[in-house]
Amino acid sequence: MKPSLKLLDYSILQQCMHCGMCLPACPTYDATKKERHSPRGRIALMRAVADEELPLSPAFADEMSYCLGCLACQTACPAGVDYSNLLETARAEVQSAGLNQTFTSRLWRAVTIRGLFMRPRLLRFAGRLLWLYQRLGLQTAFRKLGVTKLLPKDLRRLEPQCPTIATQFSPQLIRPIESPTKKQYRVALLTGCVQDLVFSDINRDTADVLLANGCEVHTPPVQPCCGSLHAHNGEATLAQVLARRMIDLFPPAQFDAIITNAGGCGNHLRHYGPLLAEDATYRPLAKIWDTKVKDIHEWIMEQDCRAPRAGLGDLTVTYHDSCHLTHGQKVTKQPRELLKLIPGLKLVELPEANWCCGSAGIYNITQPEQAEQLLVRKVGHVIGTGASVLATANPGCHLQIARGLRQAGSATTLLQPVTLLARAYRAEKKSA
Amino acid sequence: MPLADSILSRLREIVGAENVLTAEEDVIPYGFDGTAALKQRPQAVILPLDTSQVAACVKLAAENKIPVVTRGSGTGLSGGSVPSEGCLVLCLVKMDKIISVDATNLTVRAQCGVITAAIDAAANKHGLFYPPDPGSMKISTIGGNVAENSGGLRGLKYGVTRDYVMGLEVVMPDGQIARFGNACVKDVAGYSMKDLFIGSEGTLGIITEVLLKLLPRPTARRTMLASYARMEDAANTVSAIIAAKIIPCTLEFLDRMTIGCVEDYAKIGLPRDCEALLLMETDGHPAAVADESEQMLAIARAHGAGNIRVAQNDAEALQLATARRSAFSALARVRPTTILEDVTVPRDKLAEMVAFIAEVAKKHKLLVGTFGHMGDGNLHPTFLTDERDVAEMARVHDALEEIVTRTLALGGTITGEHGVGLAKKPWLKRQVGDNSYALMRQIKHALDPQNLLNPGKIFD
Repeated sequence: MKPSLKLLDYSILQQCMHCGMCLPACPTYDATKKERHSPRGRIALMRAVADEELPLSPAFADEMSYCLGCLACQTACPAGVDYSNLLETARAEVQSAGLNQTFTSRLWRAVTIRGLFMRPRLLRFAGRLLWLYQRLGLQTAFRKLGVTKLLPKDLRRLEPQCPTIATQFSPQLIRPIESPTKKQYRVALLTGCVQDLVFSDINRDTADVLLANGCEVHTPPVQPCCGSLHAHNGEATLAQVLARRMIDLFPPAQFDAIITNAGGCGNHLRHYGPLLAEDATYRPLAKIWDTKVKDIHEWIMEQDCRAPRAGLGDLTVTYHDSCHLTHGQKVTKQPRELLKLIPGLKLVELPEANWCCGSAGIYNITQPEQAEQLLVRKVGHVIGTGASVLATANPGCHLQIARGLRQAGSATTLLQPVTLLARAYRAEKKSA
Repeated sequence: MPLADSILSRLREIVGAENVLTAEEDVIPYGFDGTAALKQRPQAVILPLDTSQVAACVKLAAENKIPVVTRGSGTGLSGGSVPSEGCLVLCLVKMDKIISVDATNLTVRAQCGVITAAIDAAANKHGLFYPPDPGSMKISTIGGNVAENSGGLRGLKYGVTRDYVMGLEVVMPDGQIARFGNACVKDVAGYSMKDLFIGSEGTLGIITEVLLKLLPRPTARRTMLASYARMEDAANTVSAIIAAKIIPCTLEFLDRMTIGCVEDYAKIGLPRDCEALLLMETDGHPAAVADESEQMLAIARAHGAGNIRVAQNDAEALQLATARRSAFSALARVRPTTILEDVTVPRDKLAEMVAFIAEVAKKHKLLVGTFGHMGDGNLHPTFLTDERDVAEMARVHDALEEIVTRTLALGGTITGEHGVGLAKKPWLKRQVGDNSYALMRQIKHALDPQNLLNPGKIFD
């Protein structure tokens, strides 16, 4: 990865022939009708920076931050523009130029991106503290007493959005190696960061689905962050450090597949090749790595996923595509096919299923207004389907839409496709 | 000369401060349209919300002799909406309301910034149909379509945008508002003024509202795709279909280079090992569609079609048409710069023209992908090049010159559906002749004596 737009291969910028096919797919253009907030408009600004026709300005930095990074434009683009690469390069350049940084944002970045998300044990420790705070009723008490009002503005806004931390993390639920009755494949399971702290049960469900389909599952108890958070927020060097740690922990040649169940992580994970392109030692390994990373739905459907013999009763389910699963990884059919394997489950299509829900990594923190508009739009569509379950496969979307449904007073529950499938497999045992 | 602050503050009063853009980061993205290698930064971009605001802006510009370039979504392919030096850009995308659909008189009235596909979607709710479907219809605006007289994939049977315009509201170069036409099927009162503005490329007035004719929606449709080992066989299939008194709605072709690029993007299983693909579609009454499609398939087979794929459902038909619509942009995968042409020849000269283009490309050592509307004789040879390679760009210009010369010799036109804009300006006079060219300029001068609306487009 190149550190600036000027050093980037110019043909990546030229690839955009500004035909405008991306405009109707872009949520920020849709909301504002201003070209600057569109993919081709942003690329024009990036090109102007590369051509030295535009200085790196605070407004340019704002614009790069206003982009959701949902990559819907990449699906829409017939010319095959590598927008993801352009956006990450632009954000890295903005970051290293030190634009738009306040004391709070710098502190916040130091604690999270440079701190917790670089140290998995520390992150779990912080998660445990948060769990205690929630468990001991302090959260409720503080809110009632108004203590939370003393927090700085940014934290005060975020505090109610803080997800409930799981009682047990992944290592308490999944042994380092678990074997199926008949072993066909050897796979690694990535437990993620938010996924591990909040949705460790979904990691368990993923392991169960793999075991039911002949995979020996390797789940080291301590795993680094994949670095997607860092790459998306202009911290390319840290992203490279984490990518190397990942490759060291999971030598790609030893596994048939390296499984991820979080759409956002998955899209970053399968692009370690370009990230480590300048690293002579890791480049060849990264290339193998990229071919081994598989989204759980993609892998399990490739292996002709076994249809469960038992169902979960009559269930109407609709499915929301996480941006980086559908636009980044192009995994769209497989989660739907997986759901349709479950007896008694009726899948109804969600209008605008692949339109961003506003979670977009930490976008709901950095751009709360736009994120909220997108959430309201998404929740309206979900309620309109009349489905009792919304399935989606990314922790960010999961938290965001669940919060939106709660706010709207909807009874629709949010579950991930692997959870539904794992429950159906478990129902087999009960009925047998 | 920079815009005076007094003018900017007056513009802010008219449209609201949030709709006047002047910062570099705001105006750079309005410096181009869908045409390659043309770029000019505007002074300011104005986003009016209704006709009276457009009129007030134009009046202000006229009083201060400031050029005005109008645009919608900026998808034009001849540089028609690229800013002129020192101009104000009027971007009309916020005027996006469908005013009414009249299911009795079969018309729709809409503001100029409504997206083309939204017009057809609104008609569809009443079982009606708006046929013109330019490649960019998911984002192009209806005002832009009328100003450029856009075509599309259904031209052979349904004609082009002009054939559906019944009335227009236009802001004249002095800021007066004029209305032309009405919902009557017959109307011969005076000159057909609306026709003067259709295809005028923003040089005579600013179209702010349109009244369009709708048709009953065809109840059946069949989409077929045939592959050929030789381009002539595809062209002969088209001639034979028309000779058999069948007018299908679509007869589109892609050459080998275009097929590869489209398949790389759309991944819908197009055969890559053929010289030409012919996309055929017939629509109308189910019985007629069944009969015509059988005949078309037989004709295709008789003329050497290899593989023939018939779309099994609407989704597959849409997928095939969408793939064809993405052809131009998909070709951009190959080289950094994509220069698209729009030459059109009488239908019976099409095979000859396609062969000539291939010859010219080979002679000048250029990569070219050709696709287009075989039923209309409308070709889109697309040069895949690099604007930074001066020597190669010179060869592109030589090749274009030869293609234009041959097109005109065959009785064709330099542009079938994209307009003259900046890109085709050098050749207009040669095509239309001195007298016709002079008359066009007289009309421009009569309507816009100060030469403020889209100056420098079509002619100098």
